[in-house]
Amino acid sequence: MPLQYIAFFTLAAAMLTSAVLVITRRNPVHSVMWLIVTLFSVGGIYLMQHAELLFAVQIILYVGGIMVLFLFVVMLVNIDVAAKQAQFSRQWPLALVTVALLSAELGYGFYYAVHQGLNLPQVTAATGAATAGNTEAVALSLYQGYMLPVEIASLLLLVAMVGAVLMAKKQL
Amino acid sequence: MLPTSWYLFLGTALFTVGVIGVLTRRNVIVILMSIELILNAVNINLVAFSRYLQSVDGQVFAIFVITDAAAEAAVGLGLIIALFRNKETVNADEIDLLKW
Repeated sequence: MPLQYIAFFTLAAAMLTSAVLVITRRNPVHSVMWLIVTLFSVGGIYLMQHAELLFAVQIILYVGGIMVLFLFVVMLVNIDVAAKQAQFSRQWPLALVTVALLSAELGYGFYYAVHQGLNLPQVTAATGAATAGNTEAVALSLYQGYMLPVEIASLLLLVAMVGAVLMAKKQL
Repeated sequence: MLPTSWYLFLGTALFTVGVIGVLTRRNVIVILMSIELILNAVNINLVAFSRYLQSVDGQVFAIFVITDAAAEAAVGLGLIIALFRNKETVNADEIDLLKW
């Protein structure tokens, strides 16, 4: 289906371009804007994989919550001084060499896995017809099998909330 | 349907961009944003395999990763606010009190 190829390559191009722009902009507000574009593209990839609940969660939580939080903090700290300083650290050649090695390893690992052992064929549409909807399946899994991780995640969020409030206070 | 390995390569590329951002930028807020890029790359991998293995476990794991990213972003940004209140800088190279 050519529409899937068009959608995938459009989303992938938008995602990688905006990701590179996130890490190269001088103004942090511009970086936040490009990260929002990246997160929307990632949501699009989720939708292509028929993960509808995750797509909605990504838009509402990640873009609507975490990025707004980032924007608040970027506005609070003084960005004029930071925008005039040098943006990249002095060890950037060493960092690029390390990342090139890491990506070569990962790329070789995936290439080897695809062409030698782990055969990853295309998923046929007929096998996915038995599910009663993605949201119901994920919700059933969360409330039946993964109940303990849900409770632990709620405890984690409570701890994070208390910690963030404590750390932003002027006087303890 | 697209091959699963395409989504894995896309996740790898996004992960690489995130690691470059963490290692080379000096602004701590941009470093935190690069960590969010890394977490999203991991989520793309999880969802790709969840689709391939016909199971929702990968998507449940991805929801927990998003929850964890929210908690970590909140605490990290609170740290940045406290740091900025004391030292008036967001440059990672200027936070060198523990340097010998």
